[in-house]
Amino acid sequence: MKNMDLKDIVRALKEYDGPEVRIMEVCGTHTAAISENGIPSMLSDKIKLISGPGCPVCVTVTAVIDKLVELSMREDTIVLTFGDLIRVKGSKKSLADAKADGAHVKMVYSPMETVKLAEEDPSHTYVFAAIGFETTTPVYAMVLEKAIEKDIKNLKLLTSLKTMPQVIRWVVKNGGDLDGFIAPGHVATITGSDEYKELSEELGIPFVVSGFEGPQLLMTIYALVSMKGQTGIRNMYKGAVSEKGNTKAKEIVDKYFTESDASWRGMGKIPGSGMVLREEYRQYDAGSLDLDEDHMPPGCCCASVLVGKIKPSDCPLFGKSCTPDNAHGACMVSTEGSCYNFFVSGRK
Amino acid sequence: MKITMAHGSGGESTSQLIRDVFAKHFHNEILDKLEDSAVVPGSGRLAVTTDSFVVTPILFPGGDIGRLCVCGTVNDLLMSGAKPMYLTCGCILEEGLDIDVLDKVIASMAETANEAGIKIITGDTKVIENKGGKSGLIINTSGVGFIEDSLDVPGPFKLQDEDRIIISGNLGDHHAAILGTRMGIYTNIVSDAAPLCEMVGKLLDNGIRVHAMRDVTRGGLGTVLNEFSSSSKCTIELEEEALPVSPAVKDFCGILGLDPMYMGNEGKMVLSVHKDDAERAVSLIKESKYGENCCIIGKVVKSEESAENNSVVLNTKIGGRRIIGLMYGEGLPRIC
Amino acid sequence: MCVALPGKVVELNGNLATVDFNGNKVVADSGLVNVAIGDNVLVHAGCIIQKMDDKLADEMNELFNEIEGLSI
Repeated sequence: MKNMDLKDIVRALKEYDGPEVRIMEVCGTHTAAISENGIPSMLSDKIKLISGPGCPVCVTVTAVIDKLVELSMREDTIVLTFGDLIRVKGSKKSLADAKADGAHVKMVYSPMETVKLAEEDPSHTYVFAAIGFETTTPVYAMVLEKAIEKDIKNLKLLTSLKTMPQVIRWVVKNGGDLDGFIAPGHVATITGSDEYKELSEELGIPFVVSGFEGPQLLMTIYALVSMKGQTGIRNMYKGAVSEKGNTKAKEIVDKYFTESDASWRGMGKIPGSGMVLREEYRQYDAGSLDLDEDHMPPGCCCASVLVGKIKPSDCPLFGKSCTPDNAHGACMVSTEGSCYNFFVSGRK
Repeated sequence: MKITMAHGSGGESTSQLIRDVFAKHFHNEILDKLEDSAVVPGSGRLAVTTDSFVVTPILFPGGDIGRLCVCGTVNDLLMSGAKPMYLTCGCILEEGLDIDVLDKVIASMAETANEAGIKIITGDTKVIENKGGKSGLIINTSGVGFIEDSLDVPGPFKLQDEDRIIISGNLGDHHAAILGTRMGIYTNIVSDAAPLCEMVGKLLDNGIRVHAMRDVTRGGLGTVLNEFSSSSKCTIELEEEALPVSPAVKDFCGILGLDPMYMGNEGKMVLSVHKDDAERAVSLIKESKYGENCCIIGKVVKSEESAENNSVVLNTKIGGRRIIGLMYGEGLPRIC
Repeated sequence: MCVALPGKVVELNGNLATVDFNGNKVVADSGLVNVAIGDNVLVHAGCIIQKMDDKLADEMNELFNEIEGLSI
């Protein structure tokens, strides 16, 4: 399309009048970027964007939060976490609630800080709330690598690690009809785009890897509309995503972690959709196994929202008893959550 | 030297602290009398405001809690169209606080008050026990300002159709400077804490029809404009292209997953100005100290529809429309 | 899901790289990628997760090449 420019893409997406196309993004940063760029307002009614299970905060089950809260209340333990997990409620409390009660909770930018803090203060055990997808798991592997190298014993991870392929399969089988996926850009920097090529062939749905700028997202959506009904992969994020991904990162992940079943908020246990520490490194685990319990408030439709069966605004709690200030489901908590984004951006 | 409980005893240590730190930096004919109450002249309409300041760290790039509290209180007075006159200063010191740090803060308060032309007329100091952790300093300042009899005081419910929305400078600098030090990101960004006396004075002196005026602090531009739009039952349309954000702040937000729309400032204001006065208002602000990046960022639409469904809308660079909702939570860094 | 931003490596100290993002500097671990000073890299949660290929990064031509032959 050498003669086209972005204006043509914009016009085509607005004027599109073919069969309905339902596109899912499975990356919370894509969800946020789509909102920030106002992309839903630029699409024809025939193109529907659905936010899938791509925000690690939103898919974390309450048992994990409960465990973190319990750990943070211990005299000798300090829980370190990323910012947006702090507000997510467990079955009773969030880490923010626990902190207000005097529990030890500290927000950090990088998990690597855990190593430094644990080294400087041997009298406490430092537990990192290790949530995330394939992008973040290598960072946790690096934390362990450093801790072992320095012989630090008072550092542990409470893991709730997820991987994309199995949940995508699950969503395709159990979710609303989907015609294409925006493949997660930063996950793909690690895993490589080939993983999505295979998935596309297996599931009969096209995938396009996208970056996070407005034009990239528009062209990704354009490509997916065009590819409806076909299989195949396109890469709109070539600067960062190669076919094979980051081999070094994959190796170090494999050294410390192994595939496991994982519980997803509202969706239950999905076989092979997570990672846990390998047995030989379990002394660094703060009790992550079997954290499956998922306390869903009555009426909460997080599960159906995450698989695209219903829109956030179709949930009976949405905007009524469930708002960002009083979130029932995790999708309303994180700024990457589907419900949060719908709510604050006024998407209907 | 550190603050001890003795500095709060009311005895000689207290007097010494007052002499060595507070009286050294603060003095004017009213304060120097050291009476139980400051007695000052004044009549007509008064604007009165109070605010308490807690910030970590106490000294940060581009300022400190002392500059912050004077700017915050002065700007609150200015936003009501008042000329800032008098300031009170209540300090709560935590045991263990470095007296050198306190001295810097008080010197900075004095300097900023001087710059803003406001007099610190009364003060109080208490010491509290350190319950573990770093020793802090909390300052409460109340301010009094005088409002000209003839002034139609601006307010968030006074926006009019076709008003232009003006921002006095770049968004997010203060928030980024503070958060950078807390999150271990080294940055050249410095706090924008500043008293906005000169620019507000120029606008009022030149009869600019300012319908609403607010300093952009915690919660950022998005929060202020939502208040404007709901109070005035109007839609505010912003142009993303026009929003002034420095490249450093833009990337800072990118690193932590923050939105400049909700980042706090301490020396910026947003105004809704009659459309025919907007260009002149921008030039007056640009001529003033701290106003070099002032620009028009949007306009007000008041219609039957906006009365029902008021909102703040951003026309994005790529041609989309995004609703700028209220901010929820603390605006925490997001990583995953 | 994963916030990451491209920046430039300006200093290397063993496995620690100082990465500059328009004047903001983050000390990031470079254990996952072999990097050199001057490289454009993606940093996520304090780790460099990938090198950016400058020639391919964000070039609109590249994007249009990728949708060659597609129409709606």
